[in-house]
Amino acid sequence: MKQMAVVSGKGGTGKTSIIASLAALASGRAVYADCDVDAPDLHLILQPHIRERCEFFGIKRALIDSEKCTQCGSCQDACRFGAIADFQVNPALCEGCGVCKLVCPAEAVEMREGLAGYTYISDTRFGPLVHAELFPGEEASGKLVAMVREMARILAASRKLDLVLIDGSPGIGCPVIASLTGVDLALVVTEPTITGEHDLERILDVAKHFGISTAVCINKYDLNLEASRHIEALCLERAVTVAGRLPYHPSVVEAMVLGRSVVENGGPVAQAISEMWGVLEKQL
Amino acid sequence: MKISIASGKGGTGKTLVATNIAVSLASTGIGHVTVADCDVEEPNAYLFFPERILLEREKCQVSVPVIDEAKCTHCGKCSEVCAYHALAVLPETVLLFPELCHGCGACTIICPEKAVSETTRSVGEIFRARSGDVEIIWGELALGEARTTPLIKAVKERAACENVIVDCPPGTSCSLVESVRGTNFCLLVTEPTPFGLYDLDIALKVLEKMNIPRAVLVNKSGMGDRNVYKYLEKRNIPLLMEIPLDRKIAELYSRGEIFAEKMPQWKAKFAGMVRRIEEMVS
Repeated sequence: MKQMAVVSGKGGTGKTSIIASLAALASGRAVYADCDVDAPDLHLILQPHIRERCEFFGIKRALIDSEKCTQCGSCQDACRFGAIADFQVNPALCEGCGVCKLVCPAEAVEMREGLAGYTYISDTRFGPLVHAELFPGEEASGKLVAMVREMARILAASRKLDLVLIDGSPGIGCPVIASLTGVDLALVVTEPTITGEHDLERILDVAKHFGISTAVCINKYDLNLEASRHIEALCLERAVTVAGRLPYHPSVVEAMVLGRSVVENGGPVAQAISEMWGVLEKQL
Repeated sequence: MKISIASGKGGTGKTLVATNIAVSLASTGIGHVTVADCDVEEPNAYLFFPERILLEREKCQVSVPVIDEAKCTHCGKCSEVCAYHALAVLPETVLLFPELCHGCGACTIICPEKAVSETTRSVGEIFRARSGDVEIIWGELALGEARTTPLIKAVKERAACENVIVDCPPGTSCSLVESVRGTNFCLLVTEPTPFGLYDLDIALKVLEKMNIPRAVLVNKSGMGDRNVYKYLEKRNIPLLMEIPLDRKIAELYSRGEIFAEKMPQWKAKFAGMVRRIEEMVS
């Protein structure tokens, strides 16, 4: 089984539009995993029929029983996250370490696990999709990403599908690392802007740090040809394949508004994505 | 006044808006304006100030345990108590996974042999620079590090001044919460597309929960559909500005230029928007 993640560093470079199109091209042969769990958009194009829902529990949080509490202040002194004030826990600041419970002489602290979201297994017109919903402002998105990926892997194995396509989140931190761990290929989507190029270098460094092979897609490459040439040179220097160069075209947003993938909608970008898929399949 | 600029969906134009507000506000003669870039995974705001002078560069340190193997009896209590699975006790040794450690000190407290002490390690760097009347503070997460909150906290500690624009990371989870916490107002930047709207809705829920006054700016208006506008009207959420999908603005951005500097009519618009935000907050 092969796994490929689409990541970007910088947000809004077109990851989800591209993965939806790759799903159309790999239709019937793959499982899809939306690992951008705190801003999941893939379902807007894939329009899933939900088959199964699982509960996701995030971090445990401390709760002080005011009847047992003797107001000694030990927990407040020991908490390194400033989460306890006036003998009450601020759940937004609590990181769930349990130090307060450890130091409380009155056994007034309880660590409680809260429902933080759901994972879903769904059917789509291109094949099965595993996706998730993280409640607004919750932590542990890396843990949820790991859960989505594990479900996608098991699902692929049970349905005898040999490819998992992962939609990652922007950035280089916890959820991105969880999306990248153990994949066979990471497609990094960038754009020809000063910020796109800067963020591309950081995500390529992170992938290298974890020993993951990468390919690059320059989206909207014709918006600034000079910057695109710069990115090509950077990729050449790092021996990273530029798998695709997608033109800027209104058909991408048109397709999104219609709830279709770019490939289904047609046009010059659809053509370029199909060609890129050929390159990626070879690399996989 | 501290205004945070957030979005939910990535790439909607947070940094574009934050940097333009900062220079527009500074040009009104208000004094120093600080941009606190809390997108420590991919900090970009400083790229728009090429003439910046670096004032400070410091490592961001967090605490991690050190096990004194001479005292350790491998009882396993530290590993049991660690909520983050950062310690694994083997018969002969104790393994530490520093990237997982939150530095809470539970292992130090629990160890019956007093074999655990603490040291610090760097998870990234904090930078402070000045460009004219604009000060830029940003954090840069070290490669391979997962936790962003210590760096975000460090950036915000240094931005304890008047007139702060906080450039937030994308997403709607803990990094966003940490970045907007303590700001007086949050301006959410969205684009008029189905993806923009879906993620805007989640981000608004975070702000509602945190009770932070909020409004929306629509960037790249003219593309997509009208559903964002219908949503804002229905929810009674103020729309403070629209920035059109304009090739000139996109090109200036792509080269790292702040478009209000080249299209000065926008300076008055951004400054006017800040005045409106001040009225809304008071």
